[in-house]
Amino acid sequence: MKASMELQRFELRLSGLGGQGILTLGKVLGAGLAIEEGYEVSQTQSYGPEARGGASRSDLVISSHSISYPKPEQLDLLVAMSQEACNLYYRHLKPGGLLLVDDSLVKQTPTNIYWGLPFTSLAVQKLGMPQAANMVLLGALAHFLPFIQPRSMKKSLERNLSPRFLEGNLKAFQLGLTHARKKYPDAQEQWTFS
Amino acid sequence: MPSKVKKPNRRNERAIFALGNEAVVEGALLAGCSFFGGYPITPSTEIAEIMADRLPRLDDGVFIQMEDEIASLGAVIGASLAGRKAMTATSGPGFSLMQEHIGYACMAEVPLVIVNVMRGGPSTGLPTSPAQGDVQQARWGTHGDHPIIVLSASDVHECLEMTVRAFNLAEKYRSPVILLLDEITAHTREKITLPEPGSFEIFTRIKPSMPPEWFVPYEESMRGVPPMPPLGAGYRFHVTGLTHDVHGYPTSRPEEVQNLMQRLFRKIDQFFYDIQFVEETACDDAEILVIAYGCVARSAHLAVVQAREKGLKAGLIKLKTLFPFPRPAMEKLMQHCRVLVVPEMNMGQISREVKRVNNGRAQVRTLNRVDGQIITPGQILKLLQKV
Repeated sequence: MKASMELQRFELRLSGLGGQGILTLGKVLGAGLAIEEGYEVSQTQSYGPEARGGASRSDLVISSHSISYPKPEQLDLLVAMSQEACNLYYRHLKPGGLLLVDDSLVKQTPTNIYWGLPFTSLAVQKLGMPQAANMVLLGALAHFLPFIQPRSMKKSLERNLSPRFLEGNLKAFQLGLTHARKKYPDAQEQWTFS
Repeated sequence: MPSKVKKPNRRNERAIFALGNEAVVEGALLAGCSFFGGYPITPSTEIAEIMADRLPRLDDGVFIQMEDEIASLGAVIGASLAGRKAMTATSGPGFSLMQEHIGYACMAEVPLVIVNVMRGGPSTGLPTSPAQGDVQQARWGTHGDHPIIVLSASDVHECLEMTVRAFNLAEKYRSPVILLLDEITAHTREKITLPEPGSFEIFTRIKPSMPPEWFVPYEESMRGVPPMPPLGAGYRFHVTGLTHDVHGYPTSRPEEVQNLMQRLFRKIDQFFYDIQFVEETACDDAEILVIAYGCVARSAHLAVVQAREKGLKAGLIKLKTLFPFPRPAMEKLMQHCRVLVVPEMNMGQISREVKRVNNGRAQVRTLNRVDGQIITPGQILKLLQKV
């Protein structure tokens, strides 16, 4: 089991397209970190006027201390669920910041140092639910981020999403977690925290 | 790897991870709000959405979606006259439509709360981007000389706190109170602990204690705030937007007009100390004072902390009351300041208030941004280093 860590200011951006569940993911992830793990979290969002298809992003600042400025300045982790988002936000990564992409959607990465998992095609092929890609991603994040315990995220899923979809969401979560563990067993060693 | 520490705190049952807009609802319900009349508009929609879910669960809660914002504020005025604590929430375009009824509520002395989540304007503007362009509109948007209370909040906890205060002030002074938020404050999720019921002071309007036949609806008093019976309780009174006498009937007799107008101003002005909320950070020995409100106050806080680390004598005064402009609190701090920095997401709506009360003692520097993006701590810090 991972121990809770002292965090100064960890900045994370979830980005993609409207309809991929980026904002829902931000909410579940944030609630898990804030309520279950006890961190201070400030989650902001930005989306276009369109309901689907426009750019969508959710930013989280996570800290053990109270957060004054709620938006990220230099990202520790960028998650890109579309090529556009990857191109647009890559430059906001801090030196040494890490990139996680959905490699079934992002075909060209600006660097060869990145983590890639096919969240969307996993969700389609294994679960038959493209809309569960965000929860597959959440499962993977529970592996990649050393301060998240999968247990807290599952609890957050239960508390924040409709019970009707809980079973499917938990399946998707587990799928992401398993694949991330298999493909990147030592991912957690790659972090450099400021 | 960072050091391992003990878990910060165990799960707290009253802790929620909520949007600023959700916190507004929690604050309103805590304050005793039982009526919401509104028309959904980004970025204030969640307030209406959650109210529509929560109010019907109360014994006497009413949620009504009206055909537009003009009717919404009309419904809120009606509910308040009937004795409810009532509110609405909107954004720029809707706020413009509400202006006429705001004046009516000032004139008829109807307590109510309007939450305006500011987005880019003018007109339809930028529906999903933040701005602070409605500050002077909140103060002077409705016609005629009138006093009004305008509050602001900068984080999720403050959204709750200032909503409770907005209701308290509305009820205490029989006045519309406008709570200005911005898209960032409204759409930021943070952890807040819901206060225990009873941990906040809740004020409810004073009802008349005399028998109905002795009741004079708009009688002069020391406080200047007449007691307010709910419609239908046996106390007869006339409600009008026309200038009225103490009985509520239209008048154009100069001395009665004068009395009414002076009382409307006096009831707010003489309680300045009760209405003005500011929060000071590192102000005691500050030579450079940042004056900020809303989400920009959070950028300013980080900038001031960073400036102090660099040895600059910087301080921050966060305005939670915008109008009546917190002059006494400001004057005290301005005396030993060399420079006043006013960052805001408009072309200078509060900086002109600062210049007005400054009396030329300090230099006023503005930092304006109107591209739909928040002013960053870096931008403020750069200016602090330059001055």
